[in-house]
Amino acid sequence: MHKIESRNVDFFYGETQALHDISLSMKENTVTALIGPSGCGKSTYLRLLNRMNDLIDNTRMEGSILIDQKDIYLKNTNVDDLRKNVGMVFQKPNPFPKTIYENVAYGLRVNGIEDKKIIEERVVTSIEQVALWDEVKDKLKKSAFELSGGQQQRLCIARALAIQPSVLLMDEPTSALDPISTSKIEELIHELKNQYTIVIVTHNMQQAARVSDNTAFFYMGKLIEYDKTKTIFTKPAIKQTEDYITGRFG
Amino acid sequence: MNSKNNKLARKKRISQNIAFGIFTAISYAIVALLFVILAFIVIKGISVISWEFITAMPSEGMTEGGIFPAIVGTLCLVFASMVFAFPVGVLAAIYMNEYVKDGWIKKIIKQMTNNLAGVPSIVFGLFGMSLFVNQLGFGDSILAGGLTLGLLVLPVVIRTTEESLKAVDATFRQASLGLGASKWQTTSKVVLPIAFPNIITGLILSIGRVSGETAPILFTVAAYFLPKLPSSIFDQAMALPYHLYVIATSGTNIEKSRAMAYGTALILILIVLISNLLANALRKYYGKKVKMN
Repeated sequence: MHKIESRNVDFFYGETQALHDISLSMKENTVTALIGPSGCGKSTYLRLLNRMNDLIDNTRMEGSILIDQKDIYLKNTNVDDLRKNVGMVFQKPNPFPKTIYENVAYGLRVNGIEDKKIIEERVVTSIEQVALWDEVKDKLKKSAFELSGGQQQRLCIARALAIQPSVLLMDEPTSALDPISTSKIEELIHELKNQYTIVIVTHNMQQAARVSDNTAFFYMGKLIEYDKTKTIFTKPAIKQTEDYITGRFG
Repeated sequence: MNSKNNKLARKKRISQNIAFGIFTAISYAIVALLFVILAFIVIKGISVISWEFITAMPSEGMTEGGIFPAIVGTLCLVFASMVFAFPVGVLAAIYMNEYVKDGWIKKIIKQMTNNLAGVPSIVFGLFGMSLFVNQLGFGDSILAGGLTLGLLVLPVVIRTTEESLKAVDATFRQASLGLGASKWQTTSKVVLPIAFPNIITGLILSIGRVSGETAPILFTVAAYFLPKLPSSIFDQAMALPYHLYVIATSGTNIEKSRAMAYGTALILILIVLISNLLANALRKYYGKKVKMN
């Protein structure tokens, strides 16, 4: 049984086709890494999974994507509910200009949760989940901008976890961070795998090898190869994949 | 090879120095020009400035006394125009920037807004007279003048608000929408608070614009002389720019009221200056507050 299933997905920015016939399925509680050179379509694909591409004008998607066996591109899909279930973490840490507490509480508030006890409980749990609690417990009422980049990114993950999604999309979550913060996030991904299905876009091959169970290699809008991470990095079936991961291009 | 390099380096240095020299000179020239204008007004007008000048009614055919009713009139007009232009302009900008998709509708609205900004202010005056004064029967009044001025600055408010909204990083919107927030929740709880300091700045800068406009109030509100303050929005009012025009060109004794004209100009400039300073202070204050919230 697959958690996420895409069937023959094409995607267009205006007249330009960015994705060609992508069929890709992911099991529950696995980490899938999407790798490939810039402009290969991996981020575009990631953003289809929570319909973030809807925000861009003049785009078109064909094919179907199913999450929990439900087509998320049907006319009657509630996009807000979809995004509640499919959390997202961005390339640059982007906490809101609010307090640390309010950043995590935001998702709960906009989804109609008003009970202060529930909010507080979820805020604390989420911050604990990202191993940030000890660092921020005394300054929850301070601005999130006072945190370091790595702390901000973990706060953004906590913000996404607070509304209890089942899927977590990460778009190059460590590309703006130093090595120590990066390894903390990677450790976190290992922990979170038990509860969430994670899809991560990364430019860092070592990172893909370290954190993921499966790896998909995109090139020029096409899915070239998709397999167990171990297989991709030790004996890839296709020459292009091998060239890319050995650093011959890209 | 070395001499060639040295020659190139010298050439680069010289052209660099010339360019910097020109830019520096132009920048200082602009500042100097502003100071000359200000100094001119201050020197000519400072002699009449007194507590009485800003708090008393004009007397002796506007050659004596003060300009109190003109100050009050201008403040009323600024307030009335902003009550109209601010909400309409901000909502229009939100619609344009957050809601409308790229396409011909957006292009048309944008083009029309730009055209509106280019319409000469006297045309706004005529339009205001025709619509507000006559057609809607407001008569020469603060309401008619305020609405006319409001229309005049509407494009300014729309454009500055749009710029402020555009300056809000797209990932804030995506993060909010990504948490299941609706578009309106995203706009009101995330985008607007971030953009607010800049929106306020735009608003106050347009106050400067409104307080100095003469043509739009000529046929819609401005009185040559009024012995009393306006008591409602349906009253006529005096206003600083028009008062300045009157005592400089068609007063009862132009020579005698010359100094008062410069004094009036000085007060007008001060109002604009103060509103600009206020804009800066507010932006700083709210800029800090947004970070803290």
